[in-house]
Amino acid sequence: MTTLVPFDKALAAYDPAMGLEVHVELNTNSKMFCGCPTEFGAEPNTQVCPTCLGLPGALPVVNHKAVESAIRIGLALNCEIAEWCRFARKNYFYPDMPKNFQTSQYDEPIAFEGYMDVEVEGETFRVEIERAHMEEDTGKSLHVGGATGRIHGADYSLVDYNRAGIPLIEIVTKPIIGAGEKAPLVAKAYVAQLRDLIVALGVSDARMDQGSIRADVNLSLAPKGSDKLGTRSETKNVNSLRSVERAVRFEVSRHAGILNEGGKVVQETRHFHEDTGETTSGREKSDAEDYRYFPEPDLVPVAPSREWVEELRGTLPENPTAKKTRLQVEYGFTDLEMRDVWAAGALPLIEATVGEGVAPQSARKWWVAELLRRANDAGVELAEVGVTPAQVAAVQKLVDAKTINDKLARQVFDGLIADEGTPEEIIEKRGLALVSDDGPLIAAIDDALAAQPDLVEKIKGGNMGAIGAIMGAVMKATRGQADAGRARELILEKLGLS
Amino acid sequence: MPEISRDEVAHLADLARIDLSDAELDHLAPQLAKILESVASISAAVSDDVPATSHPIPLTNVFRDDVVTPGLTAEEALAMAPATDQQRFSVPRILGDEQ
Amino acid sequence: MTDLLKKSAAELAELLAEGSVTSVALTQACLDRISEVDTGDNGVHAFLHVDAEGAIAAAAASDARRAKGELLSPLDGVPIAVKDVLTTIGQPTTCGSKILEGWVPPYDATVVARLKAAGLPILGKTNMDEFAMGSSTEHSAYGPTRNPWALDRIPGGSGGGSAAAVAAFEAPLAIGTDTGGSIRQPGAVTGTVGVKPTYGAISRYGLVAMANSLDQVGPVTRTVLDSALLQELIGGHDPLDSTSISEPIPSVVDAARLGASGDLTGVKVGVIQELTTGEGWQPGVMARFDESLELLRDAGAEIVEVSCPSFEHALAAYYLIMPCEASSNLAKFDAMRYGLRVTPDGDPSAEEVMRASRDAGFGDEVKRRIILGTYALSSGYYDAYYGQAQKVRTLIQRDFAAAFEQADVLVSPTAPTTAWKLGEKLDDPLAMYKGDLATIPSNLAGVPGISVPAGLADEDGLPVGFQVLAPAKADDRVYRVGAALETLLEKKWGGPLLDKAPVLEGVAR
Ligand SMILES: [Mg+2]
Ligand SMILES: [Zn+2]
Repeated sequence: MTTLVPFDKALAAYDPAMGLEVHVELNTNSKMFCGCPTEFGAEPNTQVCPTCLGLPGALPVVNHKAVESAIRIGLALNCEIAEWCRFARKNYFYPDMPKNFQTSQYDEPIAFEGYMDVEVEGETFRVEIERAHMEEDTGKSLHVGGATGRIHGADYSLVDYNRAGIPLIEIVTKPIIGAGEKAPLVAKAYVAQLRDLIVALGVSDARMDQGSIRADVNLSLAPKGSDKLGTRSETKNVNSLRSVERAVRFEVSRHAGILNEGGKVVQETRHFHEDTGETTSGREKSDAEDYRYFPEPDLVPVAPSREWVEELRGTLPENPTAKKTRLQVEYGFTDLEMRDVWAAGALPLIEATVGEGVAPQSARKWWVAELLRRANDAGVELAEVGVTPAQVAAVQKLVDAKTINDKLARQVFDGLIADEGTPEEIIEKRGLALVSDDGPLIAAIDDALAAQPDLVEKIKGGNMGAIGAIMGAVMKATRGQADAGRARELILEKLGLS
Repeated sequence: MPEISRDEVAHLADLARIDLSDAELDHLAPQLAKILESVASISAAVSDDVPATSHPIPLTNVFRDDVVTPGLTAEEALAMAPATDQQRFSVPRILGDEQ
Repeated sequence: MTDLLKKSAAELAELLAEGSVTSVALTQACLDRISEVDTGDNGVHAFLHVDAEGAIAAAAASDARRAKGELLSPLDGVPIAVKDVLTTIGQPTTCGSKILEGWVPPYDATVVARLKAAGLPILGKTNMDEFAMGSSTEHSAYGPTRNPWALDRIPGGSGGGSAAAVAAFEAPLAIGTDTGGSIRQPGAVTGTVGVKPTYGAISRYGLVAMANSLDQVGPVTRTVLDSALLQELIGGHDPLDSTSISEPIPSVVDAARLGASGDLTGVKVGVIQELTTGEGWQPGVMARFDESLELLRDAGAEIVEVSCPSFEHALAAYYLIMPCEASSNLAKFDAMRYGLRVTPDGDPSAEEVMRASRDAGFGDEVKRRIILGTYALSSGYYDAYYGQAQKVRTLIQRDFAAAFEQADVLVSPTAPTTAWKLGEKLDDPLAMYKGDLATIPSNLAGVPGISVPAGLADEDGLPVGFQVLAPAKADDRVYRVGAALETLLEKKWGGPLLDKAPVLEGVAR
């Protein structure tokens, strides 16, 4: 086993080059080449037909909407759209692939030569897009027996072809070089921005946890200053943003370890393990990986007219960089605030929260100051922390109505993350409502004033700062549920100062 | 034009997932060599500027609307399977990785 | 054999219309003939599966419709046989292969669905070379079909079953498929009519592919008019086949009727020099060809010579494109979802089961073509083989385009020889492949072609075919000229060529 080289040390000696291949499952009603539905989670083998089951004699017909989505993705990635392109067969045997070839595109992708500007810690990296092409998904195997439920060591497998034939767009970057120690962040930011773009386009459910966006991370190292790319590893199906970052980190350390020991990196696929943060060896790429591509004779070429392409260009959402600038101005965020918002991946969440009627600064405060900490503690992305923009808005409304205060709101978020119900239910269950009834407040104030006559004198003498200490005692007595504004009013009233 | 050896035929059979016996290899290799020899002239038959024809009748942009159409029931889909379990196709243990 | 069986489909449709015969009686007569000549060690063996019950039920339904005057098509009630390469609900579809033994598809091919919708009882599924790979039907995993003219000879292939069924009067109509000549060459060597329509004129949905860019479904009949009637029934656009032609082609039935007048005044007929000169053409084949040409000239046609120099490379291009596409098509037969599963001893992996099943399930010719296609598509060889072959295809299309500038139709013998003896070329694939010389160019170019019986070769007394080719989507021309030649020849012979075929009574016993 190779010793891992600490990330910083590795980057002192080597330059990383990355390639990212992202598969996006489209949210069309029907599959890529047949009329079967695409719903997630249906009973096994109930969304199949002769075509997507690969039955002898069945033929494919291209889904118009899928081509449209592919073109829109291509345009949003600043790609050229092919004037004429074909599907090709990628031939390899695998039980979850009904025809034992994948209908994909080879040397004639629908979109090519694009880019996406990715921002990391205030710095912009241009990730060049080599191509975006259309293809179909495979079926899904359930591995039975053996110790792990994983493919290795299983006794047999059970295949469900519901997913087979669902349209995929595969987006491939050119080698990303020059990111240095920011490489893991660039990789993560690229996938995150790509996901946001896909969401904005409305072409996919964009759920990494359900596999509707899947990233393959290719990485190689070259000695610093060398202009030759090293041998790459391909880490497959990384299914969260955080894992993208971790996979790059791990592979940098692993490659550096091999190279430092004078070894040779093997070109192979690897698997990322969420639990350990490590990758393990998959399948070695060899001569056997000869996909024998050739143009799909059962499908005719796709030749999008320029009119159609321009029409689709007109349907694109706002460019993400322009949108970021616009929102910063609209929301009145400082550069520093915006940088934190961006780094946290909070902008779309804040935008949605503002859309629910919350003031931008309040929305920012909840997402970046409060919820980000919880996401980090849980090791998940902010978007996956377990609270939705609508819920943040609901909590803010309760604060505005003085049902709760900010401090109690934090406990409501705890309850939301723990799935305890709606904010109102959580307040009820946890007994979080603010005490603004004068009765209990007056009792607490009387106790506090009686306990600290020296403070009373100070206040009466004009030292208003001493009110804070009285308030502290009142809060303590009401377990933080006192309505602070009302309590203050009542204190002043008691002392005859109002 | 490269010759096709017995080893190469064995490799191709491997790629094509066919377990050829030694006898089959002995029989097939020379036949394939002969067939390849007979088609060898093709490599010099055309100049570079001739475009390729992948489809005999030129058509483009044949699409279907994104509409769900009736498919098969699970029972129909699984009826001819060599083995099934839990409404799925049962296949022997899979070596190697998902693609 | 009843005289009924000798009638053409068009005549049978008239008899059904007059009420002088019922579809049940007609269908039963076909089934009886099948029992009489098809089975046993020396039988014709045109059928792999006979669906007597289903055919009779469909015939009864047709008779019931007729009683109510609600006919579905001009051929409603006329029985038909279907090549076992088209999927059929309720009947096995094996493609002549062990790997699909017993496979009953859950869906109908579009052509089959159209036959059912038109009211034609389907007698059964006809024999073929495994996955349509061959020119003799000897590569069927279920044993060869025998030529009704000489039971020790091949019926052509791959659709020898459909051609023999029609030639032996077991069915008035049959469906064939033609990738490199598999309708026309069996037609030629069995004395029947076979048409390969324009690529895309008939849906391929449900046709188990050999070479998708070459495969074409077409009619197998005893008369040109019957082929035309059948093509109009099964042809036309199919949204399930992306390569299906959406615009209508001119009526082929009208063209066949026009041709039957025997007048070809003003029609320019081009004789393809590359397919009528040189070696390998059996003298008896050329004699009948020349004779037919003279008849066309007498009928008013202008005969010109045309040259298609790229045809020289057609065979090589075909024997690269076809195995390349086939190697990929046949990958789906992997023992996972359907078909034969062979499980080796021990604890085999999915991959080992695939290998063993494919070894046991595929025959020699299929393995040859899969290996050849795998080779030609491998990286490093793709450009030299598949890439070049696709370019040759362009040249062949250009040759056709130039020739059709000079002539309305092109002609040649359908096949260079008459039927050979069973087993004669079985282990010499190259010799077998050469039989497709004249038919292959039209598949590469996608243009329509017909084979019409042109008489018997003097040296062996076996049938010879005359091929007529036309530009893409001008299928009407092959019907017109084919029908004219048929009329002229039958006038000369005093009846159909098949009248001279052996009666075959009791061969199945
Ligand atoms: Mg892909
Ligand atoms: Zn489907």
